This record gives sequence, C-alpha cells and structure tokens, in this order.
Amino acid sequence: MSFSFPDVGAVRKGLADAQYLADEGISGVVYLAERLQKPVLVEGPAGTGKTQLAKSVAEATGARLIRLQCYEGLDESKALYEWNYKKQLLRIQAERQTSDAHSSDSQHSSDSQSNGMWQHIEEDIFSEEFLLTRPLLEAIRSSDPVVLLIDEVDRVEVETEALLLEILSDYQVSIPELGTVSASQIPLVFLTSNNTRELSEALKRRCLFLHIDYPDLAREKEIVLAKVPGVSDNLADQIARVVRSVRQIELKKAPSVSETLDWARTLVLLGVEYIGADTAAETVHILLKYRSDIEKALKEFNSYSEDFEVATNS
Amino acid sequence: MPQTASTSPLLELLGGFIFELRAAGLPVSLTENLDAMEAIAHIPLEERETFKFALAATLVKNHAHWRVFETVFEVYFSLRGEEYNLQDSPSAGSVDLAELPTDADKPRQGGGGGTPMSAEQLAEMLFQALLRGDDVLLRALARQAVQRYAGMEPGRPVGGTYYLYRTLRNLDLDGVLERLMEQANRDAPRGFTPLEEKLERDEFEARIAELRKEVEAEIRRRLVADRGVEAMAKTLRKPLPEDVDFMHANSEELMALRRAIYPLTRKLAVRLARKRRHGRKGPLDFRNTIRHSLSYGGVPAEPKFRYPRPAKPEIMVIADVSGSVAAFARFTLHLVYAISSQFSKVRSFAFIDGLDEVTRFFEGVEDIGEAVYRVNSEADVVWVDGHSDYGHALEVFWERYGRDVGAKTTVLVLGDARNNYHASQAWILKEIEHRARKVFWLNPEPGAYWDTGDSIVSEYASHCDGVFEVRNLRQLEEFVENLV
Repeated sequence: MSFSFPDVGAVRKGLADAQYLADEGISGVVYLAERLQKPVLVEGPAGTGKTQLAKSVAEATGARLIRLQCYEGLDESKALYEWNYKKQLLRIQAERQTSDAHSSDSQHSSDSQSNGMWQHIEEDIFSEEFLLTRPLLEAIRSSDPVVLLIDEVDRVEVETEALLLEILSDYQVSIPELGTVSASQIPLVFLTSNNTRELSEALKRRCLFLHIDYPDLAREKEIVLAKVPGVSDNLADQIARVVRSVRQIELKKAPSVSETLDWARTLVLLGVEYIGADTAAETVHILLKYRSDIEKALKEFNSYSEDFEVATNS
Repeated sequence: MPQTASTSPLLELLGGFIFELRAAGLPVSLTENLDAMEAIAHIPLEERETFKFALAATLVKNHAHWRVFETVFEVYFSLRGEEYNLQDSPSAGSVDLAELPTDADKPRQGGGGGTPMSAEQLAEMLFQALLRGDDVLLRALARQAVQRYAGMEPGRPVGGTYYLYRTLRNLDLDGVLERLMEQANRDAPRGFTPLEEKLERDEFEARIAELRKEVEAEIRRRLVADRGVEAMAKTLRKPLPEDVDFMHANSEELMALRRAIYPLTRKLAVRLARKRRHGRKGPLDFRNTIRHSLSYGGVPAEPKFRYPRPAKPEIMVIADVSGSVAAFARFTLHLVYAISSQFSKVRSFAFIDGLDEVTRFFEGVEDIGEAVYRVNSEADVVWVDGHSDYGHALEVFWERYGRDVGAKTTVLVLGDARNNYHASQAWILKEIEHRARKVFWLNPEPGAYWDTGDSIVSEYASHCDGVFEVRNLRQLEEFVENLV
C-alpha cells in the first residue's frame, strides 16, 4: 500500500497547493486517517470549511470525490445500492419471449426444464448488471483512488446511521443476493456534522475525531489572502481583526469563514483600503445575518468603552 | 527487539495518560485506546502540537471534553521536548533573555550574565513585548515572572492557582492593558475611532491572555517537576462542562457553560420534537367511529382513533436570583425558554426578598441570554435588604398572581431554600399545590447540605410533588426532558 503523503508536512503542503490552509490539527488528522485507514468525523460550527476539507484532500491526492448528502429519510436504496427493477422486468419479458418461441417449436416442455430456466433467470437478474450503485457502494467498488464525503451525517436518523457502520469499519457492503463486496482500495472517508444531535457511540468509535473551529487571527488573514484576489496585506489584516472582535461578542450566529471571505470580496469590489466605522456599518450585514446581532455589533463598534474615555480625557 | 524496548516507556506513559482521562470522566473505550497506540507510532513525539491533535483525534470524540484533555495532556507531556527544559538558576534565565534579539530602545541591564533584572526592568520589558507582540520574548518573560514572583518552594502543599495568583498580582496586567491602550492611542496619528479602539483592545487582550497561558504553563511545568505526574494530574483535574457545579463555577467555567447551553438546548428541542412526532395513535374515538359508521349502513367499518395530543403544560417559574444561586436560576430560565414551544405558556418570576414578574423580558426577544441579563439588572426584586426571603416572596406571589395558577399549571421553584431565618410561609406552597397540576422544587445544593443551617428544604418539600437536586447541566437536562 502506498501513501500519498510521506509525512505531516507533506499533507500541509499538498492542501496548501489545493488552496486549503490547514493547521497542525487538521493536517495531522488527515495524515493519520490515511495511515490508520480510518474515517474522519469532522465537526464544528457552520462555514468553517468542513466540506471544503474533503474536497481539497481529493484535489491534493488526485482522487475522485464521491459525495453523499445526508437528509432525514435517507435510506439504503439512496445510500448503498438498489436493484434496477425496470431493467429486471424487461429481462424477464425478453426471456419469456425467446422461451415461448422455443417451446412452440418443441410442443412439450418438461417441468424440469422450466425449473432450470427459472434458476437461470434468477441468477441472471440479480447480477451486477442490474445493480444500481449509490455513493457508498460506488466508493467501495471504484478501482481508482476515491475520497468519500458523507456530508451532514447528523441529519439522518439514528437507525439510518447503522447503515454506515459496516462500510466505515470494514470497508465492505453486504448485498444478500450477491454476497459481500469488499473494497479494492481503501477510500479516505470524511463525515461532516454540524452537531445538531449527538451521534451514536458506535459511529464515533469507528472514526477519528476532528473539531474545526474558527481560525485564529493569523490563519484567517492567510485564508483571506489566499482566497480573495486583489486584497492587500493591510486590508486582510484589518478584516481578520474586525472579524475576531465580532466573534468575541455574544452573538446568535458568529460570522463564519465563508462569510469573512464574502465580506473581503465585497470590500475589494468597493475599493476599500481602510475599514472605518462607517464602512463597517454599511457592510456588516454580509458578516451577520440576524438583526439583533447586527445591532449588537454596531453598538460595539461605535461606543468607547468607559474606562478608556477616562484615560484619554485625563 | 530494540524497537519495542525504545517505545515501551512511551506506551507506559500513554497507559497512565488514558487512565487519567478515564478518571477525569472521559469515556475512552478499548478500541480508542488501541487506536491511540497505533497513532503515536506514526507521529513523532517532537512535533508536539501534531502529536497532541493526533491523540485527541483518537481519544476525544466530543469537543466539550477538549479542555479536560488539554490539561491532562499538558501535565503528562509537559516535560518532554527540548525547549521546555527548566531553568532554575536565575543566571541561566537572564542569559537566555540577553541572547534574545533586542531593539536599541529596549532597556538592557548593564552587566548581562549574572545580575537578575529589577522589577521595573521586567515590567518595562513586558510592556514592550506586549506592545510589539513579540512572542519569543513574552515566553521568556513569563518564565522570569514565575521565577521571580511565584515564590515556589519544592514540596510545599499549595495549589497551582495560588502561585498563579501571586505572579499575576505582581504583574498587574489590568494596569498594563490601560498603559498599552494609552500608548497605542498616542502612536495613532489622529487618536482612535471607537472601532479602532475596540480592535486594539482586543488585540492586546489576546496578547495578555497568551501571557497568562504561558505563566500558567510554566507554573504547571515546575509543579510537575516537583511532585510527579500522577499527583499533579489529580490536583488539576477539571470537571467536564456538563458536570460543573452551578454554585461553584468560576467565571471561566461559566463562560464554558454558556457556550455549552446553546447546543444543548438545540439538541433537546430536536429530541422533544421527534418524540412528539413519533407518538403512536391514541385510543379509539368512539363518537367519531359511530359517526363514520353511518356511511357504511351502521357497520363500524372504519375505526377512528383519537389524535394523540400530549398535554402541553403551562409553566410558571419562580426563581431565586440572589447571589448564591443566580447562575443556577439563569441557566434554568435559559433552558426553559429555549424549549418554550413545548409548553402552552411560560411565565417567570424572579425574587430575592421581593418578587417581580419577568415574563416581559422574554417576550418577542430573540436572544435569551440578553433577556436573562435584563432580568438581573432591571427586575424589581429587592424589598428590604436584598437577602433571600422565600416566605415574603411567596406571599407576594400568592397575593398578586395566585389566582392565575390553574389545574394546567406546573410550578417550578428554583432556589436553595436558604431563608436567612425568615418565616417560611410554607402554607402558601400548600395552597399552590392544591390548585396547580404539579409543583417541583429544584435545588442547586448537593443533597447532603439540605436542611443544614438556614436551609429549610424539607419544610417546603412536604408540599411539593418532587424536590430535585440539580447541580449541573446534566441533571438540568434530565429534569427538563422528563418535565415535558
């Protein structure tokens, strides 16, 4: 088995080339995931680049990305596989027509013959030709390297979660009619969760756990610089600092990285080089989506803290 | 086999580490233990940060447990790694400082080598390091400060917080922050706009927080060196957020609790909604079945069932918001309002020795935290002296709102029932119990303290349908879920 990353540093570099700036935690866990051949459960606030991580890893390793978007009501036939019912019907009909033509020739068809034919058909219509592969099975069967992304796994019911267990621990899928399909190569698996409910112990135990939080000041600045064309170093620094201050206020929804990037792009488009209070006030609705949050932030921006005012007056 | 010989101390260390994690309450399974062992074979110990995250990825599956993990990690692996060597002699410390790249304007001590810096020099260098955000210098200064101010003696049975307090008191970080702000303001060409001032302040606060962390880490390193790993891990053990006692939480733990309560309420709401949806069909609706049988000539061919309509209780929360139990009342109010859609109506009352209805603060407000804050600052809850008086509070409640208590009302009383030796007026609670559907008392004190001193829980308890000890988020969540 060959690994795409020789060491942790290579993970970092590979991801950076794919425009994803990873910190020690992220790159370390991705490296481990490949070495230990374990899936990674990525958790964290919305918009911190959980899904993007899987995409970037796929890009960095040159693997194909297979994505399974989870939702309430997701079932086996959507996640694993399904028999192609229509094609099976056609097959049976075609069989009957040829056998009809056949039996009209030799008037007396014996019972044993039709019995044999039934078995033949059964074997025939439950073969791989009639199997519709869904994302999970597809990831297992693929012969070239694959990154499997199971997005927002916390949206499925607890019972459906069990569907994933076999594939996550043994990288295989059991199909009653066909037997067990094992992976020809171990895919890198990423599961993302917004933590709207507690995932089952069984699932967590099988995964490496990675919590992606909001980036710190320096990393956020780097992200802005990397992702927003035309932004100056000075502006990126200011953006990162304002966002950090905003996140320190107790808000309903703190600004995510993607919202920071949107804001940065807007500022670049507007030709802003220096963020004053008025610029911030005019564009803050890009960062914050709740009215109460915006009001709070504006209040913070526009008031001197009391003790400081005393200090400047004296 | 030379390889096993070289790795076994590490595995032994890991074994102790995991044992300590379990002792701190983290659920580490055997598989996870094995994963961790495999993981550390792949990550070199020298890359400390990566090593830490690798261990965390295999052992910690819940972000709320991260802080506990980090503390244990720092204790177990703090003395490993070259740059963390201890420097005990003062001369070694100052040589270390002298070697650092320095600016011309920085005050340098004359002799270099042997003489330790004066307190003023240390303070000035600290100020400069913070102003410029010089991390390397900051780290060295943190060590100096600990060495100088903490007064640590080997074998002295004092907790790390004591040394931390001593060190930080001498550094006067609040004063330093103000000085930094003034300096930055002077440097700015036209003074600060409010936004700039806020940004600068956040920046300096972040740097000072960094310094505090360094000081803490240095003290911990020294303590571990002195007392050994196991003993330190035990004294530093921190409870998980859901196990933090409301009454004894420090400000940092309160912050963690506040952060923990948002996801908790969301999860609880989802779970409750799901429970409701998955309710089975109710009992046979006889009238409806007969009515529909008419269209089949009197044969009840189509049985009709009553739609399950789980009772949505009306909730009245009467909360003691005096100092000793304020945090507890805050979290309970927060939780109750967060799932208020599960109740037909929620009314809340706050008291210390007077009582005031505070429902209005919560109406049409998106941000529950803000509303709870306003309860504390605006509600009229003090009557005479601002010491809890359950008797008088109940009197006022009964007089003003007593007739609103009906057969559908569930009354929650929050408090420690420490009545400061006032009259209990327990008869009022009895009257309330007669009228209300249920009366529950939630007490944030551990059961062993009930009825000691001025606590009169049992006097009230005889008129309640249940008295519960609710000391932490875990117990609170449990109670609220059963309530619905």
